[in-house]
Amino acid sequence: MTKVIFIDHDGNNYEINANQGDSLMEVAISNNVPGIDADCGGLCACGTCHVFVEPNWLSKVGERSEMEDSMLEYTENVKSNSRLSCQIKISEELEGLTVKLPEEQF
Amino acid sequence: MKEESFLKKENSIPDPWDLPLETFDVSKAEIFESNLHGEYFRRLRKESPVHYCPESQFGPFWSITKFHDIVAIDSDHKRFSSETNIVIGDAQPELVTPMFIAMDQPKHDVQRKAVQPVVAPTQLSELEVIIRQRVGNILDDLPDNEDFNWVELVSKELTTQMLATLFDFPFEDRHLLPYWSDVATTSETVGIEVDMNQRQEVLQECLAYFSKLWYQRAAEPRKFDFISMLAHGEDTKDMINDPMEFLGNLILLIVGGNDTTRNSISAGVVELNRNPKEYEKLKDDSSLIPNMVSEIIRYQTPLGHMRRTALEDVEFKGHKIRKGDKVVMWYVSGNRDEEVIESPDAFIIDRNKARHHLSFGFGIHRCMGNRVGEMQLRILWEEILRRFDRIEMTGEPERVLSNFVMGYSNVPVKVHKK
Repeated sequence: MTKVIFIDHDGNNYEINANQGDSLMEVAISNNVPGIDADCGGLCACGTCHVFVEPNWLSKVGERSEMEDSMLEYTENVKSNSRLSCQIKISEELEGLTVKLPEEQF
Repeated sequence: MKEESFLKKENSIPDPWDLPLETFDVSKAEIFESNLHGEYFRRLRKESPVHYCPESQFGPFWSITKFHDIVAIDSDHKRFSSETNIVIGDAQPELVTPMFIAMDQPKHDVQRKAVQPVVAPTQLSELEVIIRQRVGNILDDLPDNEDFNWVELVSKELTTQMLATLFDFPFEDRHLLPYWSDVATTSETVGIEVDMNQRQEVLQECLAYFSKLWYQRAAEPRKFDFISMLAHGEDTKDMINDPMEFLGNLILLIVGGNDTTRNSISAGVVELNRNPKEYEKLKDDSSLIPNMVSEIIRYQTPLGHMRRTALEDVEFKGHKIRKGDKVVMWYVSGNRDEEVIESPDAFIIDRNKARHHLSFGFGIHRCMGNRVGEMQLRILWEEILRRFDRIEMTGEPERVLSNFVMGYSNVPVKVHKK
């Protein structure tokens, strides 16, 4: 298990023990973390599982793919630390990973 | 909904299970008008989920009918192009109106981004109060204790008012918007026999009207409406000099904001009447509304298909799709895929994972106005529950003739106040 932390737009913390190999989006959905829609179900095809990765974790979660870049372009308030949570796979190295949720998904 | 004088009609729909698969053709608009397409697609999903139809009124085409196959093609915009045509039939070259839904990257991106902020969530929360007020007015003005057509008085009226707001279109002329929308979607390219030159004349009137608005907006400071954003957009400010491209994008924004939500509004009434237990569930618990909205949008699938064109030879699920082939993604079929959606033919307002549907498409062309549509439906049903004990459907609804727009022209109802 790997501990990950979601912080919603109102500042509430959700600390979850996540299964390695799951995507961060799946972790949010299966633990009822509000604010992630994940309409496409994890195929990097909709942009509704947008999160902001805390800067000190950015290098550890890896790079965006070209498709992820494209999908993020059509969401709102994209920042340099924006990621689609379905594209982040939970591994041992991500113990303590902290992400913030946007006000709304688009 | 359609101009009757435009149309000629003939009708005889065979049982899909009696037809040979080699020549199986799902594209006839009459199949959808008669609401018989479900069985046609059930056969394809079962026996030939990636199907080649060698001959139809639109020429040969591939049908993609399973949920995940549709997502795969929709997301593969490098090999499956949206350029020029995104419905099953090709427009005659002289009538092509370029629009960003029918463009590939990079041009698609800059045009979409110019208008997208108008319908982004932040902007929409500003509009919620005014929409709720208008919904209230529409519902309060409905005739009491007599039959009327829900489509005309509610579905069409509400979406028209919303669209007028998004364009900042002169409110007293707003009826022109659904008129132009209907003319635009009444086209040979989606299986309707129509005088295409007459259609084009009407669309020219639309262009002329909006051109005036463009010059007004261009002379004023930028604000959050579609025309102003285009007129002031770095990459779109010269669009007025390409009238066909301006017209194309107008049609896209008008149809996108009109037909789709209109038919979901109508479908909600139809399906709740056909499923009285679901109606009871809703009345017992109004917090189900957002989930129900997604279920309505899945169940209705307001746009039945989108079409792509293969840019190269592609091996797909054991089939050889050749460069230049038409590939039709039948959203209306994928939304009934038994392997992805449990009991897909059932309308269940508290369905698990209701947002996981194909109606908005996936990939870079995913519906831009999805949040506007959902918001209108949500507010409408919140206000309906406050006022009415029941919206009773008093006769069989009539569907429109099209293989693209899955809609209703008439839903006869009587409302029962609380």
